[in-house]
Amino acid sequence: MCLAVPGRILERGGEDAVVDLLGNRLKISTVLTPEAKEGDWVLIHAGFAITQIDESDALETWEYLREVYGSSPAGAVAPDSEDAMTGEGP
Amino acid sequence: MNSGIPALRAELDERCERIGRRVTFMEVCGTHTMSVFRSGIRAMLPKNLRLVSGPGCPVCVTPRGYIDAACDIAGRDGVMAATFGDMMRVPGRSGSLETLRSAGARIRVVSSARAALQLAREHPGCDVVFLAVGFETTAPGTAASVLEADRDGVDNFSVLMSQKLIVPAMLALLETADPQAPELDGFLCPGHVSVIIGADAYKPIVQRHAKPCVVAGFEPEQILRGLAHLAGQVAAGAAALENVYSGVVSLQGNRVAQKLVDQVFVVVDAAWRQLGVIPLSGQLLAPPYRRFDATRRFAVAISEDDDDPECRCGYVIQGKVEPRECPRFGAECTPDSPVGPCMVSSEGTCAAWYKYGRNLPDPSARGTQEVGL
Repeated sequence: MCLAVPGRILERGGEDAVVDLLGNRLKISTVLTPEAKEGDWVLIHAGFAITQIDESDALETWEYLREVYGSSPAGAVAPDSEDAMTGEGP
Repeated sequence: MNSGIPALRAELDERCERIGRRVTFMEVCGTHTMSVFRSGIRAMLPKNLRLVSGPGCPVCVTPRGYIDAACDIAGRDGVMAATFGDMMRVPGRSGSLETLRSAGARIRVVSSARAALQLAREHPGCDVVFLAVGFETTAPGTAASVLEADRDGVDNFSVLMSQKLIVPAMLALLETADPQAPELDGFLCPGHVSVIIGADAYKPIVQRHAKPCVVAGFEPEQILRGLAHLAGQVAAGAAALENVYSGVVSLQGNRVAQKLVDQVFVVVDAAWRQLGVIPLSGQLLAPPYRRFDATRRFAVAISEDDDDPECRCGYVIQGKVEPRECPRFGAECTPDSPVGPCMVSSEGTCAAWYKYGRNLPDPSARGTQEVGL
């Protein structure tokens, strides 16, 4: 619950955005990062972007997460997909 | 990416040698706990450095009385409870949310407060209760969801609050008169909580108690860098606030999130598992939003002193004992059959020790072993 994961904003609309999170599309809220635009990198925690970060920091963290969680790290850090905001996981 | 690790290890070794005595640092973040084990850092620490886990796992610090209140509400007709997955298996006085779900209660696992609000929109005939546990990282999401429910009139949504603040707990650990509490030489401060509250939030710890604080990320190299900076301060007799995660954490934190939290919550005294009530360490809904407070809606009280006296999780989250010093650890308390929350949560100290740390040197030898100088 403490872990936040970098994602890149693909689409923005109002206070919502769709991000690329380690190759998965995830719908999040950008209410805490109102200045983040399409193409920007954000740290995502429990469905909310909590800050913008540099691409280099973001990619380094992705690399680390892939090392730790293997080929499908998104499932380990983001059990919900865009289509299933709720579920029985993780 | 790991190129810096040998150099940081050498730096940490050299500084700990210079300190010339046993030194104890505490991390207060479940992600740090897991990463320290998973990466093998724990096995490479200098012999005179002890790294203890503090009250940084949100599920672990939540008192049993809260679980019982959650089960009480979740078991009622017309209610759907929404919770982070880690809460499901934490034992209450009579069972867990998981056992309740097996018996037919409507309990959904969500990964966001907003997903809980979405459930309320999709199930207008149900009272959807979100179990709002966590530290400063989850608080803005809970606050934003309550605001959204207020704005859109989602009246079948409520939250059962157990939001906690980490700095008051760190101060309480330093101010306790308990002789069993570990003598701490510094804190490795959590990276993502600090994104919200800002590195400056740890200033009272440095100023009032002259304890070094270093904000660090969760990757192995970042953690080692944090420890090396802490050791450097102790070796130099310094006590300062440092931020070695400055690409992500600012001094002031996320002002938008702080403003939202200040609008929706009030800071109150709060009960922590087996730590008792810590002044101004929790959050409840502010008066304009109290209609979303599940304790009011369902007339439920959260008992403050109902923790299992046999369970040593409270000792573990204060760094008083290592999990292996608990008589139940690995015997009657395992990840498959957990007795306490520290074994349940994926970020729990006991779960981490069970998975990664059982082969480390025996803690009972700690008092007598030679300090590696």
